[in-house]
Amino acid sequence: MAHFAKPAEGSWTEHYPELGTGPVNYEDSISPAWYERERDAIFTRTWLSIGRVEQLPRVGSYFTKEIHAARTSIVVVRAADGSLRAFHNMCRHRGNKLVWQDFPREETSGTCRQFTCKYHGWRYDLEGQLTFIQQESEFFDVDKADYPLVGVQVDVWAGFIFVNLDAGNTTSLREFLAELGAGLEDYPFDKMTQVTTYRAEIASNWKLFIDAFMEFYHAPVLHMKQAVSEESSKLASFGYEGLHYEIKGPHGMISSWGGMSPPKDLSMVKPVERALRSGLFGPWDAPDIGELPPGVNPSQSRVWGEDSFLFFPNFMVLIWKPNWYLTYHYWPTSHNTHTFECSLGFVPPRNARERLAQELAASTFKEYSLQDGNTLEATQTALESRVVTEFPLCDQEIMIRHLHKAVRDAVLAHEGRASETPVRVGSRPSSTAARA
Amino acid sequence: MSIRTANTTMLPFEFADLEPFADWALPLEGQRYAKRLTSSMDELQAFYDAAFPRIDDAVAYLDRYPLNALPVDASRLLWLYCSLVTVTFPIEVWHQPNVPDAGASSIDCVVEFPS
Repeated sequence: MAHFAKPAEGSWTEHYPELGTGPVNYEDSISPAWYERERDAIFTRTWLSIGRVEQLPRVGSYFTKEIHAARTSIVVVRAADGSLRAFHNMCRHRGNKLVWQDFPREETSGTCRQFTCKYHGWRYDLEGQLTFIQQESEFFDVDKADYPLVGVQVDVWAGFIFVNLDAGNTTSLREFLAELGAGLEDYPFDKMTQVTTYRAEIASNWKLFIDAFMEFYHAPVLHMKQAVSEESSKLASFGYEGLHYEIKGPHGMISSWGGMSPPKDLSMVKPVERALRSGLFGPWDAPDIGELPPGVNPSQSRVWGEDSFLFFPNFMVLIWKPNWYLTYHYWPTSHNTHTFECSLGFVPPRNARERLAQELAASTFKEYSLQDGNTLEATQTALESRVVTEFPLCDQEIMIRHLHKAVRDAVLAHEGRASETPVRVGSRPSSTAARA
Repeated sequence: MSIRTANTTMLPFEFADLEPFADWALPLEGQRYAKRLTSSMDELQAFYDAAFPRIDDAVAYLDRYPLNALPVDASRLLWLYCSLVTVTFPIEVWHQPNVPDAGASSIDCVVEFPS
């Protein structure tokens, strides 16, 4: 029984005929060779979200980001003119990692006037220029101007910092994020500076976790113990139907209903939710953030509760009706492992009641994620048996079809271009500054 | 942070009944979650039974102060109630300290809420 209207074609999936409706194969999530192709075609050539402008509040503020799939580390800094600069995190002298603390593989952040290599003391200014060589007279015809840090394209959308590791990239960030990015850009993320971040090592391919979060068909089943029992059986009997699905290029979004903030019947929720007026969907008393941008609740539904956007390849933004947001990042570390990062952003609490309501929302989220993460390991190991290789997907799982197709299209398009174009040799990228 | 001694109290005196649970007044989510996982259900239940009925009192007390200027004992009271949030899932839903079907999965807080 359909509760919400579907497109004229009869289903969301058939509204996008290029997706097909047949069974799908997840070889792309279990093959080490395919993962190498994704690393080359996607993670070294696509705009990647790596942080927020609030992490770089003043001149000299910096943070590093490990991008394992691209086999590099990036340092992003606010330069003297206030713009953002990004560099490969590597000294030009002997190749030592430039910025790190205590543990070379761990990310770090801070504020500095210049970067000084721990190894031989070479120094770089915030624009990446080499300014000091220890015992310079011992070198042979070395001109400092020839040894800047290797720059990386950096840009900002809605306060989110992105880098693109492809020095030859000619697609702007806004062009890349296209209509779905434009529709969400004016959301007041900058007002939601009360942020907490969680990180987990997940024993599955990165796409399988996105698959789990880009469909809610699983929610009434996997998470049924989280609701009190009457609510749980009610949800299971309804199942799940999205309000709206939209695909634009490699990106996609799902819009969902959500009646739990506050619930119609208070007896349906846990005692602590009644006491603190909060739960999975967030605090029930939403702060005033003004009008929402046009990309949010695209079907203008009265029962709207949440939108999930996937910006290709690995960045999700979730907008919740009680005026807070969540981001997910999935950073592959091999064909069957990835690092999952989640941040929750709220308008800063004005009092203890709001502080505790946000704590409950974050805590509830964590309980769900633990269940999801473990289910993925179970999926990965079973898929790797290759006992079954073809799997059906329902209409509510359209975004899974879309993600695996978008990845396949990106890999084949890159490999097609690569076979036609002679390899460029000797080009050195220059840093591109971003206004922020 | 002061060190607990025999003649000092950790929490505001209005919450003397919660003193036996003052070791739940932990500033970091990671610490609160770790304590939940290493506690027995009896311990979690005792903490819940003492602290839950006083949520409204605690919130009313804490709201006397700006959130960013809480006295030390009031900060501990806030942290204790953050811990109460952490133990409500074991008590109200799971009936065990850890998340069912989560096996060896762990998810760690790497950026804490400012509090």
